[in-house]
This record gives sequence, structure tokens and C-alpha cells, in this order.
Amino acid sequence: MPVREEQGTKAWQRRDRGTQFAIWAGWLAGTAVFVYCWQLISDKTMWHFVIDAPAQAADLGERMVPPDWAYLNKLWRPTWDTINIATLGTVLALVLAVPTAFCAARNTTPSAAIVRPIALFVIVSSRSINSLIWALVLVAIVGPGVFAGIIAIALRSIGFCAKLLYEAIEEIDESQVEAIRATGASGAQILAYGIAPQVLPAFAGISVFRWDINIRESTVLGLVGAGGIGLQLNASIMNLEWSKVTVILLVIISTVIISEWVSAKVRHAII
Amino acid sequence: MTTAAATRRWTKPPFIKDPRLRWGLGLGAAIYLAFAFGTVDVNWMRVIEGLPRGQRFVAGFFPPDFVSRWAEILDGIYESLWMTVASTVIGIAISIPVALGGARNLAPAPIYFLCRGIFAVSRSFQEVILAIFFVKLFGFGPFAGFVTLSVATVGFYGKLLAEDIEDMDPEQAEAVRATGANWFQWLNYAIQPQVMPRMIGLGLYRFDINFRESAIVGIVGGGGIGATLNTAFDRYEYDSAAAILLIIIGIVMVVEYTSGYVRKWVQ
Amino acid sequence: MLRLESLVKRYKTGDEALKGIDLEVPDGQVMALIGPSGAGKSTLIRCVNRLVEPTSGRIYLGDLELTTLSAGQLRKARRRMGMIFQEYALVERLSVMENVLSGRLGYSGFWRSYFRKFPQSDIDEAFRLLERVGLDHMVDKRADELSGGQRQRVGICRALIQNPELLLIDEPTASLDPKTSRQIMRLVVELCEERHLAAIINIHDVLLAQMFAKRVVGLENGTVVYDGPADKLTADVLTQIYGEEDWSATIRKVDDEEGGAEEELAEDHLPQIDRDRLAGMQ
Repeated sequence: MPVREEQGTKAWQRRDRGTQFAIWAGWLAGTAVFVYCWQLISDKTMWHFVIDAPAQAADLGERMVPPDWAYLNKLWRPTWDTINIATLGTVLALVLAVPTAFCAARNTTPSAAIVRPIALFVIVSSRSINSLIWALVLVAIVGPGVFAGIIAIALRSIGFCAKLLYEAIEEIDESQVEAIRATGASGAQILAYGIAPQVLPAFAGISVFRWDINIRESTVLGLVGAGGIGLQLNASIMNLEWSKVTVILLVIISTVIISEWVSAKVRHAII
Repeated sequence: MTTAAATRRWTKPPFIKDPRLRWGLGLGAAIYLAFAFGTVDVNWMRVIEGLPRGQRFVAGFFPPDFVSRWAEILDGIYESLWMTVASTVIGIAISIPVALGGARNLAPAPIYFLCRGIFAVSRSFQEVILAIFFVKLFGFGPFAGFVTLSVATVGFYGKLLAEDIEDMDPEQAEAVRATGANWFQWLNYAIQPQVMPRMIGLGLYRFDINFRESAIVGIVGGGGIGATLNTAFDRYEYDSAAAILLIIIGIVMVVEYTSGYVRKWVQ
Repeated sequence: MLRLESLVKRYKTGDEALKGIDLEVPDGQVMALIGPSGAGKSTLIRCVNRLVEPTSGRIYLGDLELTTLSAGQLRKARRRMGMIFQEYALVERLSVMENVLSGRLGYSGFWRSYFRKFPQSDIDEAFRLLERVGLDHMVDKRADELSGGQRQRVGICRALIQNPELLLIDEPTASLDPKTSRQIMRLVVELCEERHLAAIINIHDVLLAQMFAKRVVGLENGTVVYDGPADKLTADVLTQIYGEEDWSATIRKVDDEEGGAEEELAEDHLPQIDRDRLAGMQ
């Protein structure tokens, strides 16, 4: 109790002693963990490299400007590929995410004992593994190129889209579904009239949101050979052509900013 | 329906009212898809050829081998966890002042644009691109990974926090200002209580993301489990790689479950 | 106590909210500020403590001119003016006690306030005030757990613990039911008498204004159109402030009040239709 009586006057503290102590202990433990982690990182760090970093940065900066603008003309196609990887990957992911989400949502799953855990595992695996790792695997299977990138983006996005979508499905208003069921509608009709209208705005929002993220992700898939502007980035870095790297980075940043703007506009229009 | 002349027909009104816009968007999407598919030259021969190889490849993942590289895996996981903890803490510590500057209702225009610029730049580049540069600057190892993840955290956390500050209730803030509080007291009494739950929620979420990303900064030399994973791929030890992937999935699940619990608790 | 001299506020949009207000509030006077929505009532009281920066004109609190103060001096001056808000404006995730103590922020250093280590005298005063408004059992409740009337009482405590000379009260009853509204207004007026405080009360309920304030100022379109005793509010005056309406019921109500009728009973006498009309008029 934060209020204590002491010789007739009431004292007040924000928290009682136990809570206060617990909070201090929590901070102390947190700080200790942080310091410990820091110690371990610093043990593995070559500090003279770090100290040398400003000089390195200055050197790099010198080589990066002026940008090699002529190189811009060779970047249109990779940029187009990057956008395609993101868009087609997102579309593919959505096609696969919708059934997964319905299987994973508590209120629509066909079987809570078997199907739901499987769907949840699919979601968490897909979410845990970065698209770059998926790309690494896929390049080995289907060969390098845009196709591997699309599949990698799709595999990574299924989990993200399905997770947000199944949460939206679980939050729907059950009474509306009940009302449709009361009319004698079949399962598919309930889905179409009771559930779909309620989750459609969420679905549209999630799609655009993920597309925006995927643009960013697809810029690096080329590093492992899965197509897009990352290929050029990787090549330029390998060849130490830093003035080209600058141009590529500028193209990436503008693509990402434009896609973010588009995504914000579309989401705004939906809501 | 069609029997009487007076029958009124009804069709579902279209989602987009303006027919020109509706058809235009449809046509645009169709043209785009045609072009996009046209330029994705899938080498189906290669894919078909690759399928049995893919099968062997996937078969190589089973059964996951936790044992033979266990020491290296453990090392990598630990390193990833340190990087995650350190970069989340430092990233959040830096993003708080930047977020204050990036909130339109707190900061004057020049500071606002500066801070928003910081967010835009750090968000535009995927962690791997940042990692390439930081490895270049700081050398191989977890320090580069730590810096990468911290920078990425600033962009993510700062932007969302700034947006949350912009969405706060201005009445409460005004009331505290009217008591004669100074700027720091105002932050502490009016802003902090309003944004605290979201700050904690976002922090946990970012912790989760940082752990996942720590698995890829290693691919370009930023330390952590990613380095171990990359080595496993390079050595064609797919069974060890499978073990690493499963461990990553497991840890992400644990973190996610815990953070969901904590978020409910701070509400 | 408070003196406004040709106070003008023009918003960036070009709207002129206040068009040269001259007003004086003597010590210990409770003044009601009435007027239709958009007349500039809210702007006026926010100009006084400069939550809204006035465009031109001068504001004196005692001998102190507020309009020219630096940020630090302004904070000191704000301590002398307590403010009470329409939607209570409590910090919802802080406890009742923290909300009340936030009224002492202007007197306290940052670190003391950060660690919630306020001097015992402040704590004592907070308990006294909470007891006075009947909330001493709710000290550690979070503000968002309280009802509207309770929140407004906490808001009053927060304003009073500043030990102000002047209260600025913005629509204190707009979010409350009629009974609670009266209780809150009575509490405010009593507290002002006890502590000899001056107060400006923005209020759009003419009946409440007449009931609780001796002096009424009518604001219309940024200018003062009436300034006088509450019982001199005639139909003509109300028409001038609000526009054409049947004001007879409102004015009859004042006569009842002077006849010594109990306030609570008077509320029951009030024909429902007039309340609705008054509400609709806003």
C-alpha cells in the first residue's frame, strides 16, 4: 500500500516497497544482462578496426562520390525485376495465406486438434526464416534468377499475411456470423456473407503493407543470386566500383520511398 | 424476376463507383501482370531439372543434425542473442530522442524533417545492405552486426514511436503544461504515461525482429548464427543447417509467446 | 487581479477569435463567461495562461504582465493560475495521487518529480484536498477507472494544489449529467469562497451560470456583448448573445432562484423541453 500513516501524517509513495524493490531489481538485472552482452561482443571485436572506422568511412565516402550517373541506364531492368519480385511474390503469398489463415483461426478452423497446429507451424516457420535464407535455399533448387526470388518472397510472406489475417478473423463480430448461419446458409455462404465482408478491409491493408515490405526485401535477394537490383549491388561491391554503388543505393532509396508513399495512399483510401 | 415489366433488378453495387476508374484499374493490373510474367524468364527446363536435385537437397535437410556442429551452433546462437539484446537496448535508447524530434506536435519543422529523414534512410535499406557497409567499416564480427541492428531499430522503433506520440491525447498534455511544468516534467507526466504501453510492446516486437535479422547479417560477415548457417551451407552440411533453422524457429516462437504475454500484462 | 487590455487573437487560418477584449476580474470574484460555441470563450481563457499565444493586447495578473514573459517566467506565472478542463484532461494512466501532485510540477525540480518524491507538505495538501472533495479513498486508483464526476473532482484538486490566485475553468460540466454538474459547480464556487479565489468559468449552460456566478460576461463573435450581474440577464440580452429564442423559461428560473428555492428542487421544476432547447442551441 503506497499510503502509510506515520505519526498522524499520511505519507504517499508511488509504489509500495516491494514493488519498488522489484522494479529496481529488474533494472539492475537488465543492466547486468546488457553489460554482460556488451562484454561478450567487445571480446569478439577487433577494436583497432573499429577505431579505424572513421578513416575507412572517409575513404569510402571519397570513392562513392561523385556517383557514376551513366550507370543509371543499366539499372531500369533490375529495378523492374525487383518490383516484379515483390509484387508477384506478394500475390502468390496471398493466394496461399488465405486458406492457411482460415485453418489457423480458432473460429473457422476445420479441426482445432490437427489442422490448426499445422497451420500455426507453417506460419511461424515462414515468419522465422528470412527471405534471404529462403532465397539461398531456392537458388540451389530452381537455379538463380527472378523466379527463385518470387518464391522466396512468397514463402516468407505467407506467415506474415496469414498471421495478421487470422488475427483479424478471430476478432470478427460473431453475432453477424450467427445471423447468417440462422438463415440456413451453408459453410461457404457463411464465409462469403458473414466473415469475408468483415475481414476484407484488413486483408487489403495487410496486402499493401506486405507489398511495401517486400519491395525492401527484394532489393537484397540478388546478393545470393535470386534476381533484382541486388545482383548489380553485389557485382559492384565485389568489383569495388563504389561510384556505381552510390547510384544503386540512390535507386533503392527512391524505389522504397515511392512504394511507401503508394502503400500509405492505398491504405488511406481503403480505410 | 423477369416475368413482370415492373420487376426491379438489383445487382451488387461495385466496390469502385466510377466505372472508368474500375475498368482502368482492372486493365492496368492485367497489363502489368502480362508484362511482369513476360519478363520473368523462368527457365522451366532448369526448374524441372532442378526438381530431383531439389528433392535430394531437401532430403539432405533430414534428419536435422544437432550433434556434429553443436558447439558452433551454440556459439552462434549465443552471439546472436547478445547482438539482439545489445542492439535492441541501444537502438531504443537512441530512437527515443529521435522520435521526440520526429513527432510533429513536439518538434519545430527543421528538427522534424531531420528526424524523419533519419527514419527514411535507415528504413529504406534492408539490414543486409547496412551490414555490408558496417562490416566494411568495422571489420568482420558481431560488432558490425550490432551496429546494423541498432541502426535498423532506430528507423523502425523511432518512426512508430513518433507516430504514437503524434496520436496522443493533446488535452492531457495541455493540462500538465498549464500547471507550469517544465519541458522534461511535461514529457514525464503527460507524454510518457500515454505512450508507455506501446513503447514496451514495440520494444518486444523489435527484439523478436532483431533476433530473426541477426540470422542474416551473419551471411555478409556480421557475426551471429547467420555466420554459422552460412558456413553450414558452404560446406553442404544441410542437416546442420536444418538444425539451425529449427532452433531459430523455436527461439522466435518462445520470444513471440513471451512478448504476447508481457504485452497483455502492461496494458 | 486579472486585467485584459484590447486582447486580440487571430489564428493562422485567418479567423479572428478575439477582437479586442477589455475585461477586469477583481480578487475573489467568480465570473461566468457565456456565449455560443465558437464565440471565443475557450480561446480567451487559454490566452490568459498562454496555452494559446495572443496576437496582440496585454494581460496583467496582478501587476505582472503575462504577454511578455519568457518561457521560464511564464511557467512561474502558470503556477498562479489553476486550470480545469471540459474533458477533465487527467493523465489517464497515472493514479489519482499522481494527477493531483502534477499540480505541483511548477514548484518541483525535474528529478524530484521524476521519482515522485514530493515534499511531505505537498502530500499533506493533496490528501486534504482529496478529502475535501470526497475522494481520499481513491488515492491509488488509476484515473481511467473513475467516473466523470470523480475525474472532474481530481481535476479540481490538481488545479487547487497549485495554490493559485485565479482559476481558469473551461466548460467544467459539459461532459457531466445535470446532477453531477450542479455538484461540481457548487464545489467550485464553495472552494473559491473558502480560498478567496477569482475564477473565470466558461460555461454554455446559462442556467448554471446564473445560479452560481454573481457576474456574467456574454461573449459573441469575439467581443463582449454583456457584462453585468447574473440576475440582469434579460431576454433581450440573451437574444443579443445567442440569437432569437424563447427565453422566458430561462429567466423565470432566475426568479425562482431568488425566491430561495433549493437548487436541486429547481432542477426538477425545470421543464424538460427548455433543457433540450438549450442543449440544441449549442
